[in-house]
Amino acid sequence: MASAIDDDPRIIEFDVRTDEMLVNMGPQHPSTHGVLRLVLRTDGEVVSEIEPHIGYLHRCAEKIGENLTARQWIPYTDRMDYLAAMNMNLGWALTVEKLMKYEVSEKARHLRVLIAELSRIASHLVGMGAYGLDLGTFSPFLYAFREREKILDLFEEACGARLTYSYITVGGLTADLPPGWLGRCEAFLDQFEPIIKEYHALLTTNAIFVKRTANIGVLSRELAIEYGCSGPVLRGSGVDQDMRRDGEAIYTAMYDGYAFEVAVMKNGHYPRDHEYPPVPADAVLGDCWHRFFVRMLEVVQSMDLVRQAIDRYSACKGTIGEPLKLTEKIPAGDAYLETEAPKGQMGFYVVSDGTAIPWRVRARSSSFSNLAVAPELCRGCLIADVPAIVGSLDIVMGEIDR
Amino acid sequence: MAEFLINSAGLPEWLAWTITAVVAAVLILNVIAGGALVFIWAERKIAARIQDRLGPTRTGGRFGWLQSLADGIKLLAKEDLMPEGADGMLFRLAPYVSFCASFCAFIALPFAFDFVGQRLNVGVFFVVAVLGLEVFGVILAGYASASKWSLFGAMREAAQVVSYEVPLGMCVVVPVMLAGSMDLVTIAEKQAGWFTNWYLFHDPFTFVIFWVYVTCAVASVNRAPFDLAEAESELVAGFHTEYSGLRWSYFFMAEYGSMFLVSALAAVLFMGGWNGPIPVAKLLGLSAGTGDTAGYFVRLLGMANLLGKATLGVLVMMWVRWTLPRLRIDQVMTTCLKYCTPLAAAMFAGVMVWQLALPGGIVRGLSRPAGEVREGWLEGPGGKAASRPAADAAQKVAEVAR
Repeated sequence: MASAIDDDPRIIEFDVRTDEMLVNMGPQHPSTHGVLRLVLRTDGEVVSEIEPHIGYLHRCAEKIGENLTARQWIPYTDRMDYLAAMNMNLGWALTVEKLMKYEVSEKARHLRVLIAELSRIASHLVGMGAYGLDLGTFSPFLYAFREREKILDLFEEACGARLTYSYITVGGLTADLPPGWLGRCEAFLDQFEPIIKEYHALLTTNAIFVKRTANIGVLSRELAIEYGCSGPVLRGSGVDQDMRRDGEAIYTAMYDGYAFEVAVMKNGHYPRDHEYPPVPADAVLGDCWHRFFVRMLEVVQSMDLVRQAIDRYSACKGTIGEPLKLTEKIPAGDAYLETEAPKGQMGFYVVSDGTAIPWRVRARSSSFSNLAVAPELCRGCLIADVPAIVGSLDIVMGEIDR
Repeated sequence: MAEFLINSAGLPEWLAWTITAVVAAVLILNVIAGGALVFIWAERKIAARIQDRLGPTRTGGRFGWLQSLADGIKLLAKEDLMPEGADGMLFRLAPYVSFCASFCAFIALPFAFDFVGQRLNVGVFFVVAVLGLEVFGVILAGYASASKWSLFGAMREAAQVVSYEVPLGMCVVVPVMLAGSMDLVTIAEKQAGWFTNWYLFHDPFTFVIFWVYVTCAVASVNRAPFDLAEAESELVAGFHTEYSGLRWSYFFMAEYGSMFLVSALAAVLFMGGWNGPIPVAKLLGLSAGTGDTAGYFVRLLGMANLLGKATLGVLVMMWVRWTLPRLRIDQVMTTCLKYCTPLAAAMFAGVMVWQLALPGGIVRGLSRPAGEVREGWLEGPGGKAASRPAADAAQKVAEVAR
């Protein structure tokens, strides 16, 4: 119904309002890392609110886990964080081993560290490259994938698969390394080390990159803890937590004797920060730049760990031992274990009634919590910042939806 | 050619001019369209090399040199799609507007001496103005697509291109002021001789303003890091999200045509046009006026020079695109309004002062080649004589900027 005010042209003239617009970013959008759907409430270029919608990749993996034996479920964990399938395998295998109070041989333990850290490098390379894509630069993505391919080659040699490995399994690993593998792995590390400088030149220190990431999407320490963020997202906010050091005994025992420093800023300094480009003046702790930088630091950290693991593994005599039978019975009870996957703390929960098939299986995804904080970070940013922020959380939809 | 037809073949004047126009149009259209195909192929190969890939290798035998043509055939054969809610007429019209604007500007672009579609006494003005029309096609496309992402792209393009026309106009006016003419042929002829005669090396101010021109030119043709209108990680594909097949390829051709145009314009305005760094023809005792064969040879040499410089410019744009991340829209506007425009204005004033203090540039001002005739008003004893052209030039700035 038109009132007198609406009819008065003078009033309309001075009442220029811009309308809000709801925009769907995804699920087929190029920068949503799979099938994430974000609903953006925008006013021009300014985003007032985003709302993530998940579930497009749901495959009932947990329910399937209640119909398979523990070892049979390993391939399903591959498909959770498919960019770091080895770490997913490890998380589930350790959880079941915790319930069974099973200990793998020392050699298998070191091999697990080696493989898990190599997988972490591969995952962070994808995270870094894809982040470049989110910011509109294509080349670092391919440089990252070029190096990742070499890691995948190594994995393929070890277990025959390039993406979904099912290599680490309950009770050990499916096979020992082929002859000459360690030499090729060392050759890769030597060749890869100087390339990290290129990544820093192309991204970390690039003026446009810094402009796009510094002081964008600042996640405060308190907010990060409140939302249950973990992994590089948590450490990027300055929280000193790493499951490899702070986790449960069965997991930290794997890293016994390994020297590594958690990649987190302490007293304004990152560990060994003289080796890396300085933190730009605009960057604030907890912003996209810091999350990205922590990932880059972890790549170097993991390389150190791989080198140490190679030494320890080759010092061990004997074999890695055989993994458990496919139909091995699990004692009644329950166990929960969180491991440090590349994306954050990946938790598995298993309840058993004494048969070979678990009674209940549950996965706690780190990407889920990390994504949950995105609406807080995106409030009031520009459209171009949305991919920059969501990309810096480095989520994988396979892990969120399971 | 028209004179030849009238005088020798005895054709009526209107017919002679029509035939001339058609011949010139067909020549320009085919050379530029063919050039665009080559550039598209080159971009794929260069991007591939930058990214450690191979790029097209099979189509057409070695180097995949037929790839663009094969793509063209594929695009022709694609289904003609239009979104349901689209404004049909505008949707169909938009690609042609962009394409025509980009290609029409070539009419006034001299390739060598008299190798020019139509020599205009306001050539610079014509090229910049017609190139500016390209934005209409993009805005139409974004508006008519009935897609929110397209609309975002169109609005960004409108804001960006209109803003960058201001500093671009100021940059373009500097060579105009130095040459005392808006005729592109005259401007290029004034830079004949060794490369020290190029306006790029005329004085420090022109050297700086050349780089401002490069920045603005890249921004006004929407190339990375200013490719916000199609920013694939944010806006899917921006204004051409809904386009496919031949219509999409028209946008593509327009983009590459514009890239080539701004590069060629830079070559004519700042890098001597068809005059090579070393005056080979002059050293050989040849000029465009000496005999038919020799004159033709000199023209071809000049054309090769210009095309070489323009291609170099295009290659630099490709190199930049595959290296840098994309800026955000507010940063793009800041670059224009806070840095490019004041810098261009300051350099413009600097060139004016330089013209009064040391007319003829650094090298020419100190040791002028014998026999070179310069415009009287440039040589004026300063003060009164030079203030008028400066005022004229300022007026031209205002015109171009508008």
